Amino acid sequence: MTVALSGKEVAAKLEQQFPASIIESNEDSLLVKSESLFELVSFLKTTPDLEFNFLSSITGIDYFDYFEVVYHLTSMIHNHSLVVKTRCYGRENLVVPSIVSLYQGANSQEREIYDLMGISFEGHPNMKRIFLWDGFQGHPLRKDYL
Amino acid sequence: MEVGGAREYIYSDAELDRVEGQVIDELKANSQEIIPHPDQWLEQDVEQNILLTTVDWVINWGRRSSPWVSLCFPACCAFEFIAAMGPRFDISRFGMEILRASPRQADLMITAGTLTWKMAPNIRRIYNQMAEPKWVIAMGACAISGGIFRSSYNVVPGYNHIMPVDVYVPGCPPRPESLIYGIQMLQEKIAKRKNLAQRG
Amino acid sequence: MAIRTEPFVLNMGPVHPSTHGVFRMRLTLDGEVVVDIEPVVGYLHRGIEKLAEERTYTGVIPLTDRLDYISSMSNNLAYVLAVEKLAGIKVPERAEYLRVIMAELQRIGNHLIATGSFFNDCGAYFTPFLHMYREREKIVDLFEMVCGQRLTYNYMRVGGVSQDIPEEFLPALDRFLEQMPRSVDEFDWFLKDNEILLTRSKGVGILTNEKAINCSITGPVLRASGVEWDLRKADPYSIYDRFEFDIPTGSAGDCYDRYRIRIEEMRQSLRIIEQAVKQMPSGPVMAEVPHLVRPPVGEAYSHIESPKGELAFYLVSDNSIAPYRCHIRPTSLMNLSAIREMVIGWKIADLMVIFGSIDICLGEVDR
Repeated sequence: MTVALSGKEVAAKLEQQFPASIIESNEDSLLVKSESLFELVSFLKTTPDLEFNFLSSITGIDYFDYFEVVYHLTSMIHNHSLVVKTRCYGRENLVVPSIVSLYQGANSQEREIYDLMGISFEGHPNMKRIFLWDGFQGHPLRKDYL
Repeated sequence: MEVGGAREYIYSDAELDRVEGQVIDELKANSQEIIPHPDQWLEQDVEQNILLTTVDWVINWGRRSSPWVSLCFPACCAFEFIAAMGPRFDISRFGMEILRASPRQADLMITAGTLTWKMAPNIRRIYNQMAEPKWVIAMGACAISGGIFRSSYNVVPGYNHIMPVDVYVPGCPPRPESLIYGIQMLQEKIAKRKNLAQRG
Repeated sequence: MAIRTEPFVLNMGPVHPSTHGVFRMRLTLDGEVVVDIEPVVGYLHRGIEKLAEERTYTGVIPLTDRLDYISSMSNNLAYVLAVEKLAGIKVPERAEYLRVIMAELQRIGNHLIATGSFFNDCGAYFTPFLHMYREREKIVDLFEMVCGQRLTYNYMRVGGVSQDIPEEFLPALDRFLEQMPRSVDEFDWFLKDNEILLTRSKGVGILTNEKAINCSITGPVLRASGVEWDLRKADPYSIYDRFEFDIPTGSAGDCYDRYRIRIEEMRQSLRIIEQAVKQMPSGPVMAEVPHLVRPPVGEAYSHIESPKGELAFYLVSDNSIAPYRCHIRPTSLMNLSAIREMVIGWKIADLMVIFGSIDICLGEVDR
C-alpha cells in the first residue's frame, strides 16, 4: 500500500537544509517557494530515507490571483508518495524552475503547462508549444480564455 | 558522420513551426462556412427525370461496385471502421476490399474521427491528392458537426467546413452496420451520376 | 573511394499507416539509420480538460470514454474513483466486483489489439490481427449485453455502475472463460518462436530500468525492463487485494519481452475474472448518491493500472457541480518520453517495431 507521506513530517526533515523555503505544510501537501524548488526536489530525490525516484505527474492550476504547480512524487523503493506545490503570482511573465535534469519525464508535461497555461519553465531544453500551433494566441486553460 | 552537423538543414525548427502555424491560421480564417455540395440537386425530386444512357449505367456500375478507401483515421471511429473491415462485418463483399495508404489510388474518403484545426491542412492535402471522381463519407458525430467536442477551441465543427461531404452517417461511434448502410446510400448516389454529359 | 554523405530530415507524417493514429515524427536520418527524432503531437487535441470544467461530474464520464478509446472502461474507472475519493462515497460490494470484471475484460481486449498491431508492424500483414480481432468481438459482445455500446461504454457512475448485468451475461461469460485460455495458448504457440518475430524484436529497442524510472514510464514497458511495479499490487485500489494473481516481469527490456508480458497479462486477467465471478455477492449496484454530485472543497489524485500504464486523474473541487480543474495524467505521452533513447541508432524498420511495442493511443496523448 503506497503511504501518502504527510507534508508536516517531511517539512520537519527539510527544515535544517532549507530554512526559509517552506511556506506551508499540512497533512496532504508541502508548499514551497519557487526559487528553491530545484534544490529541494533534488534533495528529496537523493536522501536515503526519502528517495523519490519516480515523478507521477505535474499539474498547473489557475486560481485567479496566482497559479499553482503541483508535483506528485513517488518512491518505488520505499513505496511512499508526496505532493509538492509551488506558486507564482500575477498573470504575465510567470517563471518556475524546471526539473527536467532530474526527471526526464517532466519534459513533455512542462511543455504542456507552458502551452495551455502560460507558465514558462526556466532551464527547459525545448520550451515551445506542444499541442497547439505556433501562431495560436492565448493560453486556453486559463480561466479568462473565452 | 557526426551528429553535431545533423541539424543544419535548410530551415531551422523554429522557422518550420512558424510556417506551419501560418498555414493553419489561414485555413481556419477561410473555412468558417459550410461548403455546399455540387450534387445537391440530386436529393430533390428530379430523380425520375434523369435518363442515363447504357454507357453511363455501365460506368456507374463499375465505379460504385469497387470503391477504394483512402486513409483518414484520426480517432475512435477508426476502430468501428476496422471492425467493419474485419471478419464479422465484412465490407469487402461490397467491393471495398483495398485499404492502401495511397490517396492517389483511392476514390472514397471515410472520415473516421474528430478533426482539429491543427490537422485540417493535412486532411485537405490528402483530399486534394485524390483523383476525380471522389466522394466523402462523414462518419460519426464528430465528423458531422463536431459532436461532443463542438465547443472546444481546437475542433473543426464538421468536415464540411473544409471539404464537400456526400453522405453523413450519425452515431458515436456508428455501428458497423450503420456504416455499411451509409456506403450503400453512397452507391445509390453514384448510380445516378451523369458521366458523358459533363464532358461536353 | 569515400562517398560524401550528409543527413537529411524526413517527415513521417500524421497520416501514415504504421503510426497508430495521427502522430508525426521529424526524423533526421543518415542513410537508413535514425540519428535524431522529434515527435510532434497535438493533431487530436480536443481540449477535454477545458470541456470538463463546463460539465457536471457525471457529465464528464462520456468525455473520459474518448480518451483512450480502445479501453474505455479503464478510463471511466479512474475518473469515478477520483470523484468518490473527493466526495467520500462508499461503493456497494456487487458494484466493486462488476467493476473489476469489466476492467479485466477490457485489459484482455486492449492487449489483443496491441499485440495484433504489433504484428502488423512486424510485417505479418493482418492475419494475426484479424484472428485477435475475432476474439475481441466476443468481448465486445459481452459489453454490448451490459451497456448497449461497442466502443465507448459510459458504464461506470459515481457511486457504482449504471445498471446491473442481465441474466444472459453470466452464462455467456462462463462460455468465454472456458474458450479463451485455449485461444491465448493457440496464439502463443503459433507466434512465440516465429523466426521473423525473433529476428525483428529480440534485442531491439532496449530500455534499461534506471532510464525507464527516470522517464516516468509505466505499464508493460516498465515491467519489461525488469522493474516489478504494478499498481494493482503496490497500491491496490477498489478490491484488488482480494484476488490472487502474478505480475509478469521481463528482464531484457526489448520489444520481444513487451510482447511476452502482454500475453502473460491476458492469462492473469482471466484468472482474476474467474475468482471475481465466484466471489460476487448480490445486492444493489449503485450507492445513494444525489443526481448532482457536489463534493466538498479539496483535491484528490487517484491512479489505476490501465492496460497501457498508470492512468491518473487529479481533481480539484470548489464545492460546485462542475470540477474546478480536471487534469489527466497521460499514460501514452509519458511512455513516449523515452523514445529518443530507444530509437536512436536503429533503422527505420526497427523504429516501427519499437513504436508498435510501446502501444500508445493518440486520444490519450493529445486529450
